[in-house]
Amino acid sequence: MREPHATGDFCIRTPGRRIVIIGNGISGITCARHIRKRDSEAYITIISGETEHFFSRTALMYIFMGHMTYAHTKPYEDWFWEKNRLHLVHDWVTRINFDQKELQLQQQEPLHYDILILALGSKPNKFGWPGQELQGVQGLYSYQDLQMMNDTTTNCQRAVIVGGGLIGVEMAEMLLSRNIPVTFLVREEGFWRSILPKEESELVMRHLREHHVDLRLNTELKAIRDNGSGRVQAVVTTAGEEIACGFVGLAVGVQPNIKLVRDTALEVNKGILVDQHFATNIPNVFAIGDCAEYRVPVPQRQSIEQVWYTGRMHGETLAHSLTHQPVKYTPGPWFNSAKFFDIEYQTYGMVPNRWEEPVDSFYWEHAEGRIAFRAVFNGEDNRLHGVNGLGMRLRHEFFDQALRENWTVEQVLVKLGQANFDPEFYDRHHREMLQAYNQQFGTNLELEKKEKKGLLSYFWR
Amino acid sequence: MKAIQKIGLGGFLLALLLFNALLFMGQFRLTEAQLQEAVKQEHVEVLRQELQPMLGKTYTSSFSFATDFNRLLDNYNEEQQRSQQWDRVIWDDYAFALARVASQGFVENNKLLLLFLTVIMGAAGALLYILPQHRGEPAGIRNNGVMFSSNKSRGMVGITIGVYLTAIYVLLYWYPEYIVNWALLVDPLSYTLAGGPASQWFLYGTIYTLAILVMGVRMFRKYKGNNYQLLRTASVMFFQLSFAFLIPEILVVLNLPWYDLKNIWPLDYDFFFEYSVASMLGSGSAGLFLFIWGILLIIVAVPLFTYFYGKRWYCSWVCGCGGLAETAGDPYRHLSDKSLKAWKVERWMVYPILVIITVITLLTIANYFTEFALLKQSTDMLHQWYGFLIGAAFAGVVGVGFYPLMGNRVWCRFGCPLAAYIGIVQRFKSRFRITTNGGQCISCGNCSTYCEMGIDVRWYAQRGQNIVRASCVGCGICASVCPRGVLKLENGPEQGRITDIPFLTGNESIKVLN
Ligand SMILES: Cc1cc2nc3c(=O)[nH]c(=O)nc-3n(C[C@H](O)[C@H](O)[C@H](O)COP(=O)(O)OP(=O)(O)OC[C@H]3O[C@@H](n4cnc5c(N)ncnc54)[C@H](O)[C@@H]3O)c2cc1C
Ligand code: SF4
Ligand code: SF4
Repeated sequence: MREPHATGDFCIRTPGRRIVIIGNGISGITCARHIRKRDSEAYITIISGETEHFFSRTALMYIFMGHMTYAHTKPYEDWFWEKNRLHLVHDWVTRINFDQKELQLQQQEPLHYDILILALGSKPNKFGWPGQELQGVQGLYSYQDLQMMNDTTTNCQRAVIVGGGLIGVEMAEMLLSRNIPVTFLVREEGFWRSILPKEESELVMRHLREHHVDLRLNTELKAIRDNGSGRVQAVVTTAGEEIACGFVGLAVGVQPNIKLVRDTALEVNKGILVDQHFATNIPNVFAIGDCAEYRVPVPQRQSIEQVWYTGRMHGETLAHSLTHQPVKYTPGPWFNSAKFFDIEYQTYGMVPNRWEEPVDSFYWEHAEGRIAFRAVFNGEDNRLHGVNGLGMRLRHEFFDQALRENWTVEQVLVKLGQANFDPEFYDRHHREMLQAYNQQFGTNLELEKKEKKGLLSYFWR
Repeated sequence: MKAIQKIGLGGFLLALLLFNALLFMGQFRLTEAQLQEAVKQEHVEVLRQELQPMLGKTYTSSFSFATDFNRLLDNYNEEQQRSQQWDRVIWDDYAFALARVASQGFVENNKLLLLFLTVIMGAAGALLYILPQHRGEPAGIRNNGVMFSSNKSRGMVGITIGVYLTAIYVLLYWYPEYIVNWALLVDPLSYTLAGGPASQWFLYGTIYTLAILVMGVRMFRKYKGNNYQLLRTASVMFFQLSFAFLIPEILVVLNLPWYDLKNIWPLDYDFFFEYSVASMLGSGSAGLFLFIWGILLIIVAVPLFTYFYGKRWYCSWVCGCGGLAETAGDPYRHLSDKSLKAWKVERWMVYPILVIITVITLLTIANYFTEFALLKQSTDMLHQWYGFLIGAAFAGVVGVGFYPLMGNRVWCRFGCPLAAYIGIVQRFKSRFRITTNGGQCISCGNCSTYCEMGIDVRWYAQRGQNIVRASCVGCGICASVCPRGVLKLENGPEQGRITDIPFLTGNESIKVLN
């Protein structure tokens, strides 16, 4: 791998440079905003064919369920772009000429750039199933996908979702909000087992069943049947079962959306190959967000990171490098969150789905089975590796600090009061959790008391 | 929808239909004896002459009765004005009182039955519809279909409800004689509680309280499992029923002024006007207590409670306007405007209104202490204008009538001078804030969408910044609907309350040097 560029040749720094960003998702937009903060002269152009304005992809499901309209999902008002001189182009880029530094657009005149930032995002995986191109079969990634899903699910009697992950569960919730029964095919022995430990997976599955999701574990899709006029009629599983349905949601993960740059001078693998500064093999061309693949992954991280938070950090970091000294991408402790119908999930640090000595785990679950907490740690020195919270909110700052400073699991557990982020008046389970830990590990820990400072405490003293 | 809900909804709609039909029922016949009983002594003679054509005549609706009355009285007054006999003009508003005494026939004779068939059946029907909601569903907030609903998204249903509510407020404030039959309905209740006939304000109080109670039950269903919402709703239901509805009537029975013990100046804008002060100070030591209580609320309770708990202690736990907004108004909360422009308009309205009522109040007090040498009676005019524009038109007609059009907190956000006052305390001297959970926000927008005060919560959350805003009433809905657990309403040390971090938690690439 090439070593960090000297400041001078990292990128073009002439005043009034033309910076063009393809992709108006979280990574591209964050990058543009942060460049603008530091460089008032650059011409910044953001191109996207999907929607004119930046919207929150993570909120697609809420549009379908009628919680919000598309307009509500736009994090910035429409005047924001012009005010900050972020020039928006609503069009598809069809070709990039890296030699001439020129972009071909589908509708509009070609565009020149000095610096090109590729923030192309992902597209849904499709594994070549027979019938995957039928009407009523689709993934969910873009705004267009959502519109299609809206159209094809009218009059749908049953839907089948393939793939037990986050987008799959969101699709299930979306469909059920419109009273469309859902059969959920999961290849593994439990929901999201590639990420979640067994207990968490089971807790979530209980909840899915509570919502009348027809969960089929250890079940794979074999083929999708045609109804004779190009529409889906049923799916067939590898076990040979046929399930009649009017809609098939393919939620088996995403892959970098790099059709645009395949077979060009740009080096790609699954994604666009970048170094620790998001620089590609071509000078002044960078890639961030879902579409970037690190040549050398950050320790303990995947080589392609496909979440909102990492896209944002990529944008922040690259913008810094383009306007200051180049800095290496150095994410802090991992964090993520999701929601499975009504159960919120937050995770900090590394919680694997399976572990072995010397790694140890403490798991607590509330009697009603909707709240759970897990801490994974090194069984020898008790150093915390990570936590999972289900049905409970946990404070990011707290765990960020605990993980960076290598706290032990016990240091964390006695401070659960500070770690908790649940709303006021919610039942606190800290004592119970600590007791469970004491029992399991033969310790005698006690909760640290937090000093209360309400109005009443003034009268007590 | 379950069968029982259909029955409930049907019952509610029938009751509503009958309730409205009532306005066109009953008979009105004014006799001389009744006239004598209902008007001031000095007016009896004049009115007997002027109203001669009406006396003994039977009208078949309050509309024809009131139209005739208003016409006759206007004729008389105009004549006096033309001949410049100002002292003979009758300024008193007798229409409602006369329509009340003149009423007879169906409505007058069946008050209890009709009360049951309209108000009680309406409330019961609504409850039947509400109680089975979300039964058998796991706890969790579901705003499914809100944006597709004609009622909740400014469709025909919503607009119709808005127009209907607006019309009711207009009648209530300026044409109460037309809704005499409604006041008659609640007579039985009024006699039981306060020992006298019901005014239009008693009617209003009854319906208002019922709306908070019934829609409060809806909140219990919708937000089940969310203790903050449940407690908060129980609190506004309690304060409305006791402080705003029952206790004032009891005070009246005890010969004290009607007084809502939780209503605070400048929301209670006439607290310092001569007539209120006189009625409190004229009621002995208990009246004096009420007066001091009111002043303590303004200068001690507001700053103290707001310092410790934020504006929410009042606006979303205690206040009556807030109580209605948080219960009956909850289905419309997302209709508030979130744009930066709306925020500007908000600041240009609510603070000037606070200034205006403060000035009016100070003038009134100064005038009082100079024994009216300062401004003579001209403060009366200020009081009337303020009462008309702000007290009635804004707080009532727009404040509630526009729920389905502009959201449930139009008044609280753009108009309420008390909210402005508490808001200033909250912004600059309070332990309250909404903490943002590091870098967990996914910018989805649920928080901003459902913030009734039109605060763009996401703007702060996605930058990892705590939300400290004068207007936030601490309803906690943003935190409740956030799918990633990003927001937490908290009271804590003032230090570190207002945050502005250049990079979100979780990214260590950039070391910020300063
Ligand atoms: C339904 C759903 C829910 C999700 N929920 C979460 C969640 O809860 N938490 C989380 O962390 N992550 C979530 N994610 C993942 C997260 O949304 C993505 O990781 C993130 O949006 C990626 O951002 P990006 O900027 O890299 O790319 P994108 O947001 O995909 O933006 C890329 C843009 O570039 C445009 N583009 C691509 N090629 C061209 C071209 N040739 N010409 C013009 N424009 C082009 C695309 O149309 C697109 O608009 C979710 C994803 C989906 C689909
Ligand atoms: S910011 Fe949150 S708590 Fe404050 S008013 Fe808006 S929704 Fe309610
Ligand atoms: S609801 Fe939560 S995740 Fe969504 S924008 Fe608001 S704070 Fe962020």
